Amino acid sequence: MSNSVDVGDDLVTRVEGHGSIVLDIANGELQRCEWQVVESPRYFESMLVGRDYDEAHHVTSRICAICSVSHTIASLKATERAMGIDVSVQDERLRKLALYGETIQSHVLHLGYLALPDLVGEKSVLPLADTHGPELDAVVDLHRLGNELTEVVTGRSVHAQRLLPGGFSKLPDESALRDLLDRLRNCWDDVETVVDLLASLADELPDFERETEYISLTHPEEYAFYEGTIHSSDVGELPVGEYRDVANEYVVDHSTAKFARHERDAYMVGALARFNNNADQLAPRASDLADRFALEPPVTNPYLNNVAQLVELAHLLEEAVSLIEQLLEDGLADQPDYHVPTVEPTTGQGIGAIEVPRGVLFHEYAYDDAGEVTEANCVIPTNQNHGNIQRDMEAFVPSIVDRPDAEIEHTLEMLVRAYDPCISCSTHYLDVEFVGNDGE
Amino acid sequence: MSDGDSGNGRQPGDADERPRVAFFDFTGCEGDQLQVLNLEDRLLDLVEVVEIVSFREAMTEHSEDYEIAFIEGGVATAHDERRLTRIRTHADTVIALGSCASFAGINALRNDQDFERVKERVYGEDAHRISSYPVARPIDDVIDVDYEIPGCPIDREEFVQAVTALVNGAEPTIPNYPVCLQCKFEENLCAFERGETCLGPITRGGCGATCVSEGTHCWGCRGMVEDPNEDAYTAVLEAHGLTTEEILDEYQLYWGFEREQRAVADGGES
Repeated sequence: MSNSVDVGDDLVTRVEGHGSIVLDIANGELQRCEWQVVESPRYFESMLVGRDYDEAHHVTSRICAICSVSHTIASLKATERAMGIDVSVQDERLRKLALYGETIQSHVLHLGYLALPDLVGEKSVLPLADTHGPELDAVVDLHRLGNELTEVVTGRSVHAQRLLPGGFSKLPDESALRDLLDRLRNCWDDVETVVDLLASLADELPDFERETEYISLTHPEEYAFYEGTIHSSDVGELPVGEYRDVANEYVVDHSTAKFARHERDAYMVGALARFNNNADQLAPRASDLADRFALEPPVTNPYLNNVAQLVELAHLLEEAVSLIEQLLEDGLADQPDYHVPTVEPTTGQGIGAIEVPRGVLFHEYAYDDAGEVTEANCVIPTNQNHGNIQRDMEAFVPSIVDRPDAEIEHTLEMLVRAYDPCISCSTHYLDVEFVGNDGE
Repeated sequence: MSDGDSGNGRQPGDADERPRVAFFDFTGCEGDQLQVLNLEDRLLDLVEVVEIVSFREAMTEHSEDYEIAFIEGGVATAHDERRLTRIRTHADTVIALGSCASFAGINALRNDQDFERVKERVYGEDAHRISSYPVARPIDDVIDVDYEIPGCPIDREEFVQAVTALVNGAEPTIPNYPVCLQCKFEENLCAFERGETCLGPITRGGCGATCVSEGTHCWGCRGMVEDPNEDAYTAVLEAHGLTTEEILDEYQLYWGFEREQRAVADGGES
């Protein structure tokens, strides 16, 4: 390696990823600040080469468990675009329901299990069973509800089974959808409980503003998750076909993971970017919730990504209700068990772009005429955020440089956690290292 | 918060007799730990019977004073190997959690590809910056492993049963019958009857044949039965004029390490 990065064994916890922060502070001045991300590579894009079109989504769902349905759907969309495979309105609604269920699960996991302990001064969610029993019950109920939405539609919440190119191998029972509808309509007490707790703790989120470029999908008819074109807060709409120019990957000396930049030296993806770009399309309760937290685009405090996730949680619960109502009203079309959608494998190239819990995700595949992958490219939200995390730290650390090391460390860990970086899309090691710090 | 801390060490007079349990993640998707978190409120029951002293996905505390280590993910780098070796010295019992830890799983899908080509495909001109082992390895290629809970992801009930056994001083066991047997009980229409190829006849059961029940076929995620010649469900293969080798050729999603490395090491054909 031309540039060796020495990675310690210390891992920052409750962040779904491993990376490290190196700070060099001398005479009260910040000399060096690096967000180092070292990948433990899994080589998915190579694994896909030679696989059949009906296996690619199964393989790529294993990129990350927390967003496995998201990867599955992005993968299916890429395959379907490449081969001109149609998907019915019903199946698109079901896919959205699965994607919303996973995003609910992921947001609740992040807010309730990973971020909340910071705000109440605990080191994990477990002590909350004693100190915040009802609130923890609400978190667990909402987490389970998100998982069950995904399970009812796809068979399993981790590594879905029923999703196939062109449709589903099996459809949910209408009775199971009705049961979910009841539970979704009755979940607002739980939401309110979680909202009240987070509202009472919102002052614990550091006060730090840095405007950046916000990139997400956007769609004329809905708050974009399942589909849309690319939207940049700096330059407006861009076609999905230009995603490589948007997620302009580059290499930094201190990291093996790639960073990304577009119009500026870094950009942000995720709940806050979606909120900033598409807030006027939120469902009513979500909009009210944003008002309650005085969240108004453009929001430039990255720590408020947590609050944007909470707003999206409300939005997705409302949207899930609408989707199930539509599905039940139209009635599920008959489909035999063990359904295999008819597909004629063809040569072609396709891009799947969707919004997933941590931001916009792109999969692109090329197929030969036997329906085997010849080339694959996956651009993961977490990698798109690395550059922005680096710029945030560079901007924020000088203003907190006189604080005790432990406080700086905690504040920066919270910053990284606010981005909710994904565990395994790329496996990262994280610690905070003070180099020659005499600022104590 | 380094691995070297032991802030959670037992205090004198501590009457807590719960076994001390740690979770570690290596190279994988962390879906098996997510299955543990997905126990939802039963996770709180779990901590009644075991004390979780390390679970990076969910808690800041960490201790090296543990008896049982659950390891998720496979071995991709020398760093992984060093970390794993150290965990083995601390744990009385090491359990592989999921398929990547147990037999390299989906990570080994590239194990038959030329490594330089693999790196170049993913990292292009920066391939030289990437340092990893040329093949994905399971943890028992590096350390002794006491038990395995295979699956992609693990079955939550199988995990609970394993913990229950360990707490009671018993040995966790996993089935050694093929998926086909459970598939019969589920009254599924056989994938071979539907014209598909299925790894059910030679894959370790215990999952309830869930993928077939959900309308597809077995992908082999729980690994092979111990002795395919003895334990496979040959009836279904014979009925369709197939041999174990033929369906193995059809599928290698999860079995790359077994096919490419273990088989060679054992003197068999790759």
